[in-house]
Amino acid sequence: MIQLTIDDRRVTVAEGRTLLEACREHGFPVPTLCYHPALKPYGGCRLCVVEVAQPPPPGDARPRPARLAAACTYPCEPGLVVRTNSEAVQRSRRLTAELLLAGAYQSPEMWALAKSLGVEQVRFQLPEADNCVVCGLCVRACQEIVGVSAISLIKRGMAKQVSPPFEIASAACLGCGTCVLICPTGVLRLEDVSGYRSAHAAGAAEAREYCQTCSELDLEPHFVAAPEALLAAAREGTGL
Amino acid sequence: MTKLADPAALAAWQAALAAADGHDRPTLTVCGGTGCRVYGSERVCAALQQESDRRGADLAVKVTGCHGFCERGPLVVSHPERQMYTRVKPEDAREVVAAVLDGRPVADRLRYPDPQTGLPIQHEQDVPFYRHQHRLVLDLNGTLDPLSLDDYVAAGGYAALAKALTALTPAAVIAEVKAAGLRGRGGAGFPTGAKWEACRRQPGDVKYLICNADEGDPGAYMDRSIMEGNPHRVLEGLLIGAYAIGARQGFVYIRNEYPLAVKHLRAAIAQAEARGLLGENILGTGFSFHLSVRLGSGAFVCGEETALMASIEGRVGEPRPRPPYPAEAGLWGKPTNINNVKSWAAVPLIIANGAAWYAALGTPTSKGTLIFSVVGKINNTGLVEVPLGISLRQLIFDIGGGIPNGKQFKAAQIGGPSGGCIPAEHLDTPIDYESLSALGAIVGSGGLVVADEDTCMVDFARYFMQFTQEESCGKCVPCRVGTKAMLATLERICAGQGRPGDVEYLLELGETIKRSSLCGLGQTAPNPVLSTLRHFRAEYDAHILHQTCPAKVCKGLITYQVRPEKCTGCMVCLRNCAVGAIHGAKQQPHTIDPAVCTRCGMCQSVCKFDAVAVN
Repeated sequence: MIQLTIDDRRVTVAEGRTLLEACREHGFPVPTLCYHPALKPYGGCRLCVVEVAQPPPPGDARPRPARLAAACTYPCEPGLVVRTNSEAVQRSRRLTAELLLAGAYQSPEMWALAKSLGVEQVRFQLPEADNCVVCGLCVRACQEIVGVSAISLIKRGMAKQVSPPFEIASAACLGCGTCVLICPTGVLRLEDVSGYRSAHAAGAAEAREYCQTCSELDLEPHFVAAPEALLAAAREGTGL
Repeated sequence: MTKLADPAALAAWQAALAAADGHDRPTLTVCGGTGCRVYGSERVCAALQQESDRRGADLAVKVTGCHGFCERGPLVVSHPERQMYTRVKPEDAREVVAAVLDGRPVADRLRYPDPQTGLPIQHEQDVPFYRHQHRLVLDLNGTLDPLSLDDYVAAGGYAALAKALTALTPAAVIAEVKAAGLRGRGGAGFPTGAKWEACRRQPGDVKYLICNADEGDPGAYMDRSIMEGNPHRVLEGLLIGAYAIGARQGFVYIRNEYPLAVKHLRAAIAQAEARGLLGENILGTGFSFHLSVRLGSGAFVCGEETALMASIEGRVGEPRPRPPYPAEAGLWGKPTNINNVKSWAAVPLIIANGAAWYAALGTPTSKGTLIFSVVGKINNTGLVEVPLGISLRQLIFDIGGGIPNGKQFKAAQIGGPSGGCIPAEHLDTPIDYESLSALGAIVGSGGLVVADEDTCMVDFARYFMQFTQEESCGKCVPCRVGTKAMLATLERICAGQGRPGDVEYLLELGETIKRSSLCGLGQTAPNPVLSTLRHFRAEYDAHILHQTCPAKVCKGLITYQVRPEKCTGCMVCLRNCAVGAIHGAKQQPHTIDPAVCTRCGMCQSVCKFDAVAVN
């Protein structure tokens, strides 16, 4: 077991836990976007940042400088001093949420998240905003839950986007819809899955079949859906 | 070619090379660095060889690595007397060879004129650019044939490896590197010995070494020059590190944009393997180490260590969070030690000459030498190696020769796009890790870009921001979107559309991106903006509040106007204007239509009468 301090409270967690897991286990709220309990932590959205300070070395009582770190990827270490809600943490989360909105200002889900962190205005908007916040949930779900990697993140920087390999339909796609379900902004739509972003060429026989099957799927975005429920819904929809 | 059976065989080989016929014959070295090659040094070399052959002279002509004084290339130096010839053309071959063989004087145009007296300088060591330097890592760059292992061994090469393997324990090697005070030359300045020790202490038999040769800062080319000019020294450093850390496999991750460095490195690896200096049972000591080259594909972020390792593993070059640090879980999850080319290249010198020798240079916290590539608005562009702790003034004025055309120095951007700018009032700041950090800059990888009075610092910051924004991998939000927001704001300001509050917004973005980004790229990307805001806030205010660009650079804030009293009506500007914005009749003062003018500046550059003004 590892002992550390979170918001002035001494807590004990099992070895191998991340700070986010430790915070949630002990009731410290930490917002997340790209995190999903069924997936490996990614550390991309930076909403879960907390202030982390190493313990002072023996014989030196002065506190060590704190730095911001993503709680979802930071492993718990003995003696860490963590602040989950300091002014610096709040400021960073607010601005990050505002930056997320820059590419998704038409997404009610993103607005709800940003408002919960205190964002009231968006000072910068991307002209090409398509509501995809490049959180990688769909890609990781396809890889880690479904196990087929039919989609991946391609290109870099502002051009980074979700796509099947080489931007051509991939036969690896099962049409399970997990990517649609896990998308936090609801940007992935059925037509995407059957078209550009999918493994099935639009107009192909199985694609049409797939669309008919899946039209009964619940398309409301699930912010943090339980993976079991998510998979069950996918199975129900696809009959796999 | 036989493998060297033991360290004594290496020493014997070195002695044989020193005693061999012709080892001290007169030699002309021709700089084969990238800069001089662009100037045509290969043709110069061929012409010198031809002339030497024609005269049947006992004169060797040798292509070496970068000499450093790129501004005056192609460079040719005679040995042993070290006469230096600059800006040599193939047609100068006869004159240069005659000078060497017959002692004839050469025309002044082949000499570097002393900046003070204007008199031609004969010897390389008297040129101020070299005189004020302290070349340790670059010492052999101007004399070795980089494709010759003989040359390196004759110069004492691999003796440090033999010393480490026979006279020092791995712990003693680490202690020596620690005592030397070597800090990571890739930019962060982490103590190299402590890093090695952390990796050595990790349990497990499989450990990896990486040489980070993904040099990507705009204008920086010192890693390239070391690998092009003296690849064996990098190998020797890696071998010593492998012995100290307990690694059997290493990788050199090098940009594919450096074909010459790749070629020389691969040649060096093959030569070292053939002679038993790399591979199994090195020098018969039982120590084994293998080295592979991995090519980068043009992503700046792959210079970040975790992204680099992902790239070697065959995955997308994206960083991952630390901890765990590479020393704990690096390449394929194994303990990995990664250092920059310059750090590796310093290691053989430290082992050969001792920690005290190396630590004698520098400041209490920053030991040894740094290599800078000095570019921008400076007379002597080139590669410079100086002890840590010298002042920026010495670097820019004594070595760099000051600012061209009598202009005023304004600022120096140190550390490339991850660094910050240092203004004139801090010219006497010593160059070391702590002092630069206190000013909002970093030592970084050693890129130094000089700005003069004609440089707009907002535009300067915008340039670097554009670079990092384009190179962001896009994984984390602050870097992907935040740098874009900063760039968009800077572009607006430069276009004359700045708004009150922009500066505060830039500060807020900059501080948050620095603290919350995933990797070093994002954590340093705002530095050029934050440091210009700190030292040149007035220029930002002039752009935003007064709609003026003090340096008259930003196109959205300037207009070109004809001074009627100076205009002769020669029509040159009118004919050269690409968009037809200039009107006027012959011998009548012209006028520029600001609505049509694109502010390209062509009219000003072609006017012989100084009749075009920028307002």
